[in-house]
Amino acid sequence: MKLPPLEYACPTSLSEAVALLAAGGGEARALAGGQSLMPMLAFRVVAPALLVDLRKLPELREIEISADGVRLGAMVRWRDIEDDERLTAAHPLLKAAVAHVAHYQIRNRGTVGGSIAHADPAAEMPGIAVTCDAEIAATGAAGQRTIRAADFFLSALTTALKHDEIITEIRLPAWPAKRRWGFREFARRRGDFAMAAAALFYDQDAAGKAINAHVGMIGVGDRPCRLPEVEALLNGRTIDEATIERAAEITSATVDAQEDIHASAAYRRSLAGTMVERALRSAAA
Amino acid sequence: MKNAFIGSAVERREDLRFLRGRGEYVDDLRPDGLLYAVILRSSKAHGRIVSIDTTAALKVRGVHAVITAQDMPGGPPIVPMRLQPLPEFKPFEQPVIADGKVRYVGEPMAVVIADSVAIGEDALEAIEVEIDALPAVADWHVAQSGQSLLFEAQGSNRSLTFYAVRGDADAAFASAPYVRRETLRTGRHYGLTMEPRGVMAQWDAAKGRLTVSGAAKVPFFNRRILAKQIGLPEDSIEMIENDVGGGFGARGEFYPEDFLIPFAARHLNRPVKWIEDRRENLMAMNHAREAEVDVEIACERDGTILALRGHIHTDMGAYMRTNGAVGARNIAQFMAGPYRVPNVKLDVSLWMTNKTPVGTYRGPGRFETDFFRERLIDMVAQDLGIDRVALRRKNLIARTEMPYPIATIAPYEHKDEYDSGDYQETLDRCLAEIHWSEKAKLQGRRIDGRYHGLAVGCFIEGGAAGPKETARLAINEDGSISVYIGSSAVGQGVETVFAQIAADALEIPMDRIRGVFHGSTAYVSDGYGAYHSRSVVMGGSALLDAALNFKAALCEAAAQRLGCAASAIVVTEDKVSAPGGTSLPLSAFAGLSREGAFLNKKHTYSYGAQAVHLAVDAKIGQVEILDYVVVVDAGRIINPMTLRGQVIGSLVQGLGGAFLEHLVYDEQGQLLTGSLADYLLPTASDFPNLRAFTMDRHPSPINPLGAKGAGEGGLIGAGGVIANAVANALQSFNPDLRELPLTPSRVWAMTQPRA
Ligand SMILES: Cc1cc2nc3c(=O)[nH]c(=O)nc-3n(C[C@H](O)[C@H](O)[C@H](O)COP(=O)(O)OP(=O)(O)OC[C@H]3O[C@@H](n4cnc5c(N)ncnc54)[C@H](O)[C@@H]3O)c2cc1C
Repeated sequence: MKLPPLEYACPTSLSEAVALLAAGGGEARALAGGQSLMPMLAFRVVAPALLVDLRKLPELREIEISADGVRLGAMVRWRDIEDDERLTAAHPLLKAAVAHVAHYQIRNRGTVGGSIAHADPAAEMPGIAVTCDAEIAATGAAGQRTIRAADFFLSALTTALKHDEIITEIRLPAWPAKRRWGFREFARRRGDFAMAAAALFYDQDAAGKAINAHVGMIGVGDRPCRLPEVEALLNGRTIDEATIERAAEITSATVDAQEDIHASAAYRRSLAGTMVERALRSAAA
Repeated sequence: MKNAFIGSAVERREDLRFLRGRGEYVDDLRPDGLLYAVILRSSKAHGRIVSIDTTAALKVRGVHAVITAQDMPGGPPIVPMRLQPLPEFKPFEQPVIADGKVRYVGEPMAVVIADSVAIGEDALEAIEVEIDALPAVADWHVAQSGQSLLFEAQGSNRSLTFYAVRGDADAAFASAPYVRRETLRTGRHYGLTMEPRGVMAQWDAAKGRLTVSGAAKVPFFNRRILAKQIGLPEDSIEMIENDVGGGFGARGEFYPEDFLIPFAARHLNRPVKWIEDRRENLMAMNHAREAEVDVEIACERDGTILALRGHIHTDMGAYMRTNGAVGARNIAQFMAGPYRVPNVKLDVSLWMTNKTPVGTYRGPGRFETDFFRERLIDMVAQDLGIDRVALRRKNLIARTEMPYPIATIAPYEHKDEYDSGDYQETLDRCLAEIHWSEKAKLQGRRIDGRYHGLAVGCFIEGGAAGPKETARLAINEDGSISVYIGSSAVGQGVETVFAQIAADALEIPMDRIRGVFHGSTAYVSDGYGAYHSRSVVMGGSALLDAALNFKAALCEAAAQRLGCAASAIVVTEDKVSAPGGTSLPLSAFAGLSREGAFLNKKHTYSYGAQAVHLAVDAKIGQVEILDYVVVVDAGRIINPMTLRGQVIGSLVQGLGGAFLEHLVYDEQGQLLTGSLADYLLPTASDFPNLRAFTMDRHPSPINPLGAKGAGEGGLIGAGGVIANAVANALQSFNPDLRELPLTPSRVWAMTQPRA
């Protein structure tokens, strides 16, 4: 479990980093916190010729909060999000979700951009990005572009990113103060990847009925997804017990779950419903 | 001066060293000229080796050699069994490197020796292997079908069948008013050590001496094996014990690497080190626990147990390793546990499969069989409408029945008996500590969305394997005393408890005991090591004998110098005195040294009870332990604090086996849990509510200390108690609970309508 032979570069500007990735022609990889990449190197499931370390790009480390929403630099660490008290109001769902990521040591290193680029189906950050309609900004040899989260995650560990592109930031739309939200996750041990997690929010009209419902599912299927049937159920309704139970049923009936070494598909479907049910209940409380 | 270190909660002497980062593990050793070994392991579960082409690997810069079976004239040596070395097992023993066939994923096929581990791994990728795949035998059912044979010449995948027999079970069943038959299973898991294994070997060509570091558990036995395999006299090999990060029965047995690394060092005339990585550890270290029973219990209507009968199937993996049969025999012999079961007839079939070979893991066979038994007893209680505690009480062996004869393993072993104890006492204490009478009413109730469950179970725990142990005491230049012992340290606190025993025996303060030296073959003439919870009973008793010899010799020597009778000499803290008041410091006798030994054929049996109160979130299958109590009576306790630590530690391992740890294979014999992301170990935050209590009311009559082997008990009862509590919590669903581990998915399934 030692790394394969490889070169290492630590550029001090984004353009230099992009140039190195472009020159590598698919044989070069960005290195952020290393919490996913280093184990993959140690297992030799990937063997790039060059690692381009992003740690000397301070412009990727910022958390910016404005009327437009929250902008998370790609090199923002889980720990930075945990420590940023402004986020409790600016994006409580993000904060709640990140609290479930990994363990102390890993949170000190792992980054938002790394998690998005890695695209583990059970990771929290991609799920939040999809649920919240986030935009992912990337810079490559061909310049900058913005990718909608909904278009970004293609399947497990596969994204729309090109090999020479570096994620620079994740933009989460503004969070209204009165928004209702819930996050529920179940993992077999504290800090493990989710067996299933539900991330959701809705706003309310004057009559207290739900509008703009967003319901995201993490850890079930090959990528995070929204649950449009559940959202359709919630929109225009009061979130009462009957609606919550119906939402759970629809979730279990619609998610695409597979059996794996930890659980049967039937269990995962049921769990997905329960997570939605519990997240909704806490949102409505 | 009369000491009482024995029985006191003396702080662990070894901890300061560890906490200050001064422990020395085998990977800390880096002699000049060191080379690193990396092992190519089979990626196929079963197949014939067509070719292993090492040409390209040898060309990788920094590679010194690639060793395969071809390099061993006369074929690779076989690793012999250490325990139960029956002739029937011989054909199933493991060659140190795959020879002609591979039989499990992870079996060594080639050893690369390189300047660094990374270079070695580069070279691994350059080795071209061709294997003709054969159908994999992925579990005992397939093994039994005989469709594919691991050892063709044997004609069967069954290496042996043991029997555990007592009384006349068939007669008892014939007339029994109540019988229940069940199939129950435990999952494969293992004694994962945080520090993986490691071996470093140095060959001194001029002196013809081999030094092997990283030895643990049974260095003397392993030296005997290695000497034979490598063709050296035993005294030309020194086995050095280092600090270890966990033993659990799995570390320190003789594995293929224990030959391959010394062989490579001698072959290249350079020091060679191999440190197992985690991926290897998961597929190379002994696995354990995978068993299925089809067992019947017969009772009177009042719950009196009459007999146990049935068939046990254990999945042995691909080879019979050094202690591979222990778990299987223990399942049979100890299925009756602490209960009075006059008639027993159990057979155990040991099935060879294309998986990592098994060996002992703390509480071998006992964890499994306690789950089988305690689960059955709860089922009986439910069937007969008898209170679960009352049913256990009725059947616990009484103090007046001690020593109590137990089932004999046929046809190979002598009779065995439980030595002493009052099993009701530990049950009473356990029920009191967990407040059973108040909490019992929560049984099966739903509170805040979670179902509460309680269970209690009783266990016994064997220890003190013979035949012998040796110890030595010596006076150092400064007049302090050193203790040398043939047992090994694998984290039990050996340095502390032996210093306590020595200080009491010599009636001197503990700080006069300068060091406790253990394990390495250089320290005593012979040693038997650390397994079967034997160190304190065997080594401690040997130490008492050494102390007698030592004192006699010291008094004799002092008497000569001080001109009086030996019997008149008084030894105090740091000097010896004659009646007239003349005295000499102990340092005047520096170098004086005496050995002692303890011979023993009997076993000690610690015992106890455990109870749990847990809550099940039925919708997600999650179980939270609200309170867990273990009470163990271990006879005379040397150090209640270290014992308590051992009990809690083993309990956490037991809970790992009950809930989390599972080595999963697919039908092709591929290991699917190849990293700690998928093989789930308990972590510090998983089980916070555990309590352990130690009692010392009934010393063992079979050794001068009165001590009993202990420290495995927390683990032994955990599976059964947890399973019963979960089943009780979910009683309104009539759950089908016959298998461990209890994953969330399985617990949830128990609450679903059955097809
Ligand atoms: C034991 C353990 C438990 C964990 N548990 C969880 C968990 O519960 N939830 C969870 O979400 N995660 C978990 N993780 C993963 C952790 O959060 C990782 O840190 C994260 O997934 C990747 O971030 P990183 O900064 O470490 O990225 P790296 O490991 O450095 O990189 C990961 C991938 O992203 C690419 N990459 C990184 N940054 C960029 C960028 N800016 N632009 C383009 N590509 C980039 C890399 O090339 C690489 O392919 C766990 C990790 C471990 C080791």
